[in-house]
Amino acid sequence: MTVVTGKVAEERKEAVARTGPDARGRFGDFGGRYVPETLMHPVEELERAYEAARNDPSFRQELSDLLKTYAGRPTPLFHARRLSERLGLRGIYLKREDLLHTGAHKINNCLGQALVARRMGKTRLVAETGAGQHGVATATVAALMGLKCAVYMGEEDMARQSPNVFRMRLLGAEVIPVGSGSKTLKDAINEAMRDWVTNVESTHYLLGSVLGPHPYPVMVRDFHRVIGEEARRQILEAEGRLPDALFACVGGGSNSMGLFYEFIPDASVRMVGVEAGGCGAELGQHAARFDGGRPGVLHGCFTYVLQTADGLVSDTHSVSAGLDYPAIGPEHAALFRMGRVEYTRASDGEALAAAQCLARMEGIIPALESAHAVAEVIKRAPRMDPNEVVIVNLSGRGDKDLSIFQSAGIL
Amino acid sequence: MLRGADGRGGHRLIVYLAAGDPSLEETGKLLQAVDRGGADVIELGIPFSDPMADGPVIQRASERALKRGATVTRILQLLPAWRRTLHAPVILFSYFNPILQYGLERFARDVAQAGAEGALVVDLSPEEAGSYIQAMHASNLDTVFLASPTSTDERLARIGSVSTGFLYLISRAGVTGERGTVPEALSALAQRVRRFSKLPLAVGFGLSNPEQVREAQKVADAAVVGSALVRAIEERYPVEREDGVEQFVRWLRSGA
Repeated sequence: MTVVTGKVAEERKEAVARTGPDARGRFGDFGGRYVPETLMHPVEELERAYEAARNDPSFRQELSDLLKTYAGRPTPLFHARRLSERLGLRGIYLKREDLLHTGAHKINNCLGQALVARRMGKTRLVAETGAGQHGVATATVAALMGLKCAVYMGEEDMARQSPNVFRMRLLGAEVIPVGSGSKTLKDAINEAMRDWVTNVESTHYLLGSVLGPHPYPVMVRDFHRVIGEEARRQILEAEGRLPDALFACVGGGSNSMGLFYEFIPDASVRMVGVEAGGCGAELGQHAARFDGGRPGVLHGCFTYVLQTADGLVSDTHSVSAGLDYPAIGPEHAALFRMGRVEYTRASDGEALAAAQCLARMEGIIPALESAHAVAEVIKRAPRMDPNEVVIVNLSGRGDKDLSIFQSAGIL
Repeated sequence: MLRGADGRGGHRLIVYLAAGDPSLEETGKLLQAVDRGGADVIELGIPFSDPMADGPVIQRASERALKRGATVTRILQLLPAWRRTLHAPVILFSYFNPILQYGLERFARDVAQAGAEGALVVDLSPEEAGSYIQAMHASNLDTVFLASPTSTDERLARIGSVSTGFLYLISRAGVTGERGTVPEALSALAQRVRRFSKLPLAVGFGLSNPEQVREAQKVADAAVVGSALVRAIEERYPVEREDGVEQFVRWLRSGA
């Protein structure tokens, strides 16, 4: 294992600091705080509470114990040998976030934020969910800590991810259908914000991605950094060197930020974020913010947004509810502009095929979100150097998606 | 702008309606109706696809308006003609993204040329408003900011320092929409806000009838009625046309 000391450590620190955020919550031009006045003081309070928590050894200890004994960290880094051989690459490694309690990486952030909420004396959690994984993780930590919980979910997402609706209810959360707008994640966030602004005294908004007003993007990223910290250590143990590339799907961008962040200073490591290519290139048929979107303000931050010329937010489409969102975390916008991360897209069909391939080659059924990252590796493998070692973030498992496989004619 | 034609402050009524609801053609007539009904200031909403500070009534109005093509571009094209027929000053009310995409300086120039007085941007905090304030003030337009029960003294000072025209106090935490009562703490809240600004004070969110308007006017210079008027446009206008809307504003004012 490489020990980072002295000058190298300083350079790493500097490179990491380059992406921010600054004191105003900006990653370069992106981020900030665009919320109604009623929420301004609450987000300032949250920023202070989070700062105090992260500097408190007892908070860090409690979180790390829960991540280990409750969530199941560290997660394995699995060498997918049959898939590697099939694609002609030396090593495709899967970071198995799908093995975490509740079935996705989302629990990392939920445990962290719930502990912060408890320190702030909040008695109720409110959350949005797309695929339902963040909703399930929020309902889970609410049960664990004895907090009330309400989860907003678009009606379309409730229909296509119904197993997660039942899980949330079983965990004691109230699942509130959202029938406005496109009836998906974007509208669920609108409703969760409306709930928060109304019940702000008692309630913490447990936002599920690296989105929203400062400090959410940095806080959520920090709670997921553990993914990349573990993966970096694990790949050095397994291969004795850093990987050549990282692949992760990008909806709001939490699992990808979690994997990428630790590797940002490692200039030799390429990073690829995979957006939802959906079913076509027209506005409304996909969720590829860096291929059709432009900078704007949505849900509290300045970032890339899919929108019309008049600044109205576009509808999006993806087979995976978790990627079906018109904006992207502001730190991704900064990494895109810096050219540090390459963003690309995988279509609905490619994601479904990749999920089926992984199931049959490795005995792992990925969430359709994570399958987008697998699809990108499959797509570009023929053009890659056979000696390459890559890590794919398998951010969630696919149990929730069985009905989608069924209606796609795969089952 | 809250001084009114007689030069006195106090007991003013501000009404909100969404441009393009139920259609852009009808907005001109509805503006004249609320003007005849006695609105002292008209807040004209530029609808946004994701109105996260609004309750169901204004959400529905925004959806109707957007279906009828009420974009910021179209609204600013029609505004000069609308404005010419009105006595009451007009300020625009929106979310930040449509204005940002239109271009801050272009927005300010077009709003000024249309004869409107300024704007209120519900999701734009003073901290993020630097370029917007600069553009608006360069065109001699007012920048109205919101104060809330959750605003600390430090925030109120900041809000007071960037606001011009009047200051808009949200009566309670929450989204826009009609409520049964006016909060008891409103008077103390209004007094606290006045310590940080000499501007006229308008109170809104939740006011829906003459009694509530009167209560708000006791502690502030003006009361703002939004959702209740939008609901009247939704429910009464299809049957009673402009007269029904004019009567509704007159009824709200009867408490004044």
